Amino acid sequence: MLDKADGQIFTGNVRLVHAVGMHARPAVKLTKLAKKFQAQISVRVAGAPEWINAKSVAKIMAMRAAHGSTIEIKASGSDAEAAVAALVDLVASDFPDGAA
Amino acid sequence: MQGGAAGPAYRGRTASIGFAHGPLVRVDAGAGGERAAGTLVEEALALRKAIDLASGQIADLAASAGGEAAQILEFQVALLEDEDLIEAIFASIGEGRPADVAWRSTLDEQIAEYNAAADEYLQARSSDLADLRDRVVHILRGDAGEPLKIPSGGVVCADDLPPSRFLEIDWSGGGGLALLHGSPTSHVAMLARARGIPMVVQLGAIPAAGATALLDGEGATLELDPSAEQVRVFEKRRESHRKSRASARAILRRPTASWRGEHIKLLINIQRVDDLDDADAQYADGIGLMRTEFLLAGRNDLPDEETQFQAYDAVLRWAGQRPVTIRTFDAGGDKPVPGFTFDGEANPFLGVRGLRLCLARPDIFAVQLRALARAAVRGNLKVMFPMVTSADELEAGRKLFADIVQRLQADGIAAMLPELGIMVEVPAAALAISSFKASFFSIGSNDLAQYVLACDRSNGALAPLMDPLHPAVLELIARTADHGRRAGVSVSLCGDMAGDPRCVPALLNCGLRELSVNPSALAQIKQTIDRLSSGGSVG
Repeated sequence: MLDKADGQIFTGNVRLVHAVGMHARPAVKLTKLAKKFQAQISVRVAGAPEWINAKSVAKIMAMRAAHGSTIEIKASGSDAEAAVAALVDLVASDFPDGAA
Repeated sequence: MQGGAAGPAYRGRTASIGFAHGPLVRVDAGAGGERAAGTLVEEALALRKAIDLASGQIADLAASAGGEAAQILEFQVALLEDEDLIEAIFASIGEGRPADVAWRSTLDEQIAEYNAAADEYLQARSSDLADLRDRVVHILRGDAGEPLKIPSGGVVCADDLPPSRFLEIDWSGGGGLALLHGSPTSHVAMLARARGIPMVVQLGAIPAAGATALLDGEGATLELDPSAEQVRVFEKRRESHRKSRASARAILRRPTASWRGEHIKLLINIQRVDDLDDADAQYADGIGLMRTEFLLAGRNDLPDEETQFQAYDAVLRWAGQRPVTIRTFDAGGDKPVPGFTFDGEANPFLGVRGLRLCLARPDIFAVQLRALARAAVRGNLKVMFPMVTSADELEAGRKLFADIVQRLQADGIAAMLPELGIMVEVPAAALAISSFKASFFSIGSNDLAQYVLACDRSNGALAPLMDPLHPAVLELIARTADHGRRAGVSVSLCGDMAGDPRCVPALLNCGLRELSVNPSALAQIKQTIDRLSSGGSVG
């Protein structure tokens, strides 16, 4: 997929294995990590109508991603590919302490 | 009564156990001071400064509190750094709103959204948002607020208390927390448990008056202006709690309980994954009973395989090498589940419940068995069926399970058949115990006693008859334990009897060497066994 302004859009899918879903601690870790990248990063619960800014902790919490749901990630910008890989890894490894 | 009339008593929900006796301190949300709004630019600058200051204050609090408290406060800092959230507030200032009004209305919207959420977890987070809202509003209004001065041992009473307010209070002299609303899963409740501060929530309406308070975190009661008699009874409860807690906790850390030279395995019962957060749970020899009905509660549909697998896997990961016994759905009886259990049974306790129901609904049962078969490769899993009457039922369940394992393996999915056991709660099963080819037995003493004594356990009028130490009940327990010993099959007991110190001597004398209790009872039961083994009485 090509985006005229920013070049390629990278995407990823990952299952939320955290026992209580996307609650405060994982949401903080996810947004902190997202902010380390220049890329515009959006996430949503698979199939949800709206994409959400991965750098907004309030919106990530409001997404109410339940335990076991699949999170879709897309990013565009210079470091988009690395951003998607890092976020997928964070969620897949269940938000380890010390990450982000 | 000596000390005058008894004062009023209120009951709530336990958030943190312990006792506090001291002056009642009402803490209310700051009075709405007025502030003069400036120009658009001044307002925007005022908010920017207030956010920076709040961020610094919270970071300081987090640094001094450390640990779990620091992680809780991190969420508030992240909100202050949320550009989407903050930009919307600046936009609202740009439309002419004063800084405090713009800030408050945006935060209030978020809080309302959290409060409207279906799950208790998100609802509980709304008090973190309210905490942040009030901190910034106070800064904007120039009344940044002195730390709360709580007299030593004081009982703090508020509608709800945000975590940062809790951390500002000096709890070194003891004290307690009585909240009219609040939740046992709130961050402030986690902090109170970590600090050992008694806390009771959801007390409802309490009159503003009251000088002295007695807070009992165990009984979840608050008594105001108590009589001398109330104080005497309260202090007695506090003292016995303190004594038994202190010695029990010391015993808890010792490796294993033993009695007459034999190891007594102490396992825990859990209702849901979160129960493992109990600080004492780590000292258990394993999980003797994980109920799975929580997966059926509070939802419109039945849980899918993945949801179930994740829950089982989380518990197995927690347990490491230790055994985890998961009981398949025990719905029916007094636990109806829409879309699963049968309606209109005249006598549901003697109806289609437990394994009977699962065998009648193989479509639903298969989903659970698939999740369990996949979880079995992840740890030391055992699976038991509830409410088994005849050996044929066990074999029917085993066949379903084995077929599922075979199909999973054929599809290349890691799965295996775990050890299979049964609950012994139907008298017929206890009497014909040798007919069951089970890998282990777990005695469900609540239902066993109810069926043997022909007493509905929910009928208060029968309480005097509902004696689990009735010789008939003990006879069945002893038979089961005896069979286990001879057949080399482990037998445990996971009903309320195991957690009742008065019943423990009888259970040991019946030949049981494995007991499974709620995490909160672990210390006391270990202490009880210790006393029995050193020749003492249970007291």
